Amino acid sequence: MSPFVALAGVTHAYGGSGPPAVEGMTISVNEGEFAAIVGPSGCGKSTVMKLATGLQFPQAGKVVVAGKEVAAPVKISGMAFQNPTLLPWRTTLDNLLLPLEIVQPHRSRLRRHRDEYVARAQALLEQVGLRGMGEKFPWQLSGGMQQRASLCRALIHEPQLLMLDEPFGALDAFTREELWCVIRDLHASRKVTVILVTHDLREAVFLADRIFCMSARPGRIIAEREVHLPRPRDLEVTYTSQFIDIVHELRAHIAHARTTA
Amino acid sequence: MTSAVPGQPSKAVLAAAPWVFTIGFFLVWEIACRALAVSTFVLPPPSAIAKAMWEYRGPLAFHSAHTLWMTLAGFALAVVTGLLLGIALGASKLVHAGTYPLLVAFNAIPKVAVVPILVIWFGVGWAPAVLTAFLISFFPIVVNVATGLATIEPEVEDVMRALGASKMDIIAKVGVPRSLPYFFGSLKVAITLAYVGSVIAEYNASNYGIGNLMARASADFNVPLLFAALVALGVLGVIIYAAMAILERRTTGWAQRSNFAT
Repeated sequence: MSPFVALAGVTHAYGGSGPPAVEGMTISVNEGEFAAIVGPSGCGKSTVMKLATGLQFPQAGKVVVAGKEVAAPVKISGMAFQNPTLLPWRTTLDNLLLPLEIVQPHRSRLRRHRDEYVARAQALLEQVGLRGMGEKFPWQLSGGMQQRASLCRALIHEPQLLMLDEPFGALDAFTREELWCVIRDLHASRKVTVILVTHDLREAVFLADRIFCMSARPGRIIAEREVHLPRPRDLEVTYTSQFIDIVHELRAHIAHARTTA
Repeated sequence: MTSAVPGQPSKAVLAAAPWVFTIGFFLVWEIACRALAVSTFVLPPPSAIAKAMWEYRGPLAFHSAHTLWMTLAGFALAVVTGLLLGIALGASKLVHAGTYPLLVAFNAIPKVAVVPILVIWFGVGWAPAVLTAFLISFFPIVVNVATGLATIEPEVEDVMRALGASKMDIIAKVGVPRSLPYFFGSLKVAITLAYVGSVIAEYNASNYGIGNLMARASADFNVPLLFAALVALGVLGVIIYAAMAILERRTTGWAQRSNFAT
């Protein structure tokens, strides 16, 4: 099976010159897989996201998504960031509908089939525990709730690829673990390929099937680790020795990269 | 919510404050004029101004209405032009870099210097007033709309672009709504500027309007009428400013959720 997302020998520098943000990167993620990219801050993790979604194009190497070389924004992806980036003048529900106003075929269907899409948005809100919150404005929600809504917005158009850039970085530990479970269930209930960028090793091990460790800038892949913990995973798994061993192993890779950098 | 915050004025006090201060201002003025026996020819007391306002209520109302009409026409032109130019400047770095110095230079020209040119082009009448109002007031709208667009969060832009949104999509869905608070904020500035512009033009080149009334009162050394016209200008100015403020509150309530200025 050919990978769903593949970066092959990718080097990228912003503005086309200067020191590269990522260098000689090769990763491949299979369809339906949950992949995580971990590394110290400033290692070019976010650059990988921009490359895989076609927001940036590499100076060297190739980016292939869904069998096609990326030459424009890929349109089959949804994104969520550390900052929920909801639009404050729209209600939560209208924020969710935003992607449908952009992406075809929904864009031309939205006006006539609005009820159907609203129902879809409501169902999604309910799935992440935001039932009845659609009429509220984002700034009336707590940080954790906003992040849930942001995840819904990333999924409303049923993308094949979900890109998450440290989506839980700004949340407290309890809310973060709750949202781990939310994203775990969303991934399980849809056939979506997820790429999660994070610096939280426990988060990566809990959620991902495949983890890539990156070195400090310029970002390179220094290790790739498959996680074979059985699914569905319960939060309890994070206290097992098997889990902790994997976290330790990843940590060693990153610590090593930092000392040699 | 409650008035029981120590060291903070209560709501009722705040509501009464503008009236108390305004009335107090005129009282001090009246008393000072009387105590110092200032000639009405130099500075008429408010009572004399009020008398003149009543005496000239007909012409004052007529000319105020004319000035208001000129101001609103020029302001409407400024809103349309300001929005379009602001969007163009905010959306394109090239347009911004190319036109900004010109705009700033143009804005720096005192518009009273432009009135004679307008008179040569269009003659004495409504055109100089409307155009001066327009020319003086579109700049803040341009700058504010452009700023609103230029400060779109890069992450929101990424979310939109990754969905395949075109530049126009991003401007329509994010840029314009986002710049609305800036836009309405600028309207409050722009309407008062437009007002200044129309009065300047009327003063120099019109047969109607408060500006024209003042020019004639000044020629007649009718100082109370001059001041009566100034008061009428002030009142009208507050009214149009308040109208813009209400519009702003209505349309962009989402942007005014801070409790900072309580």
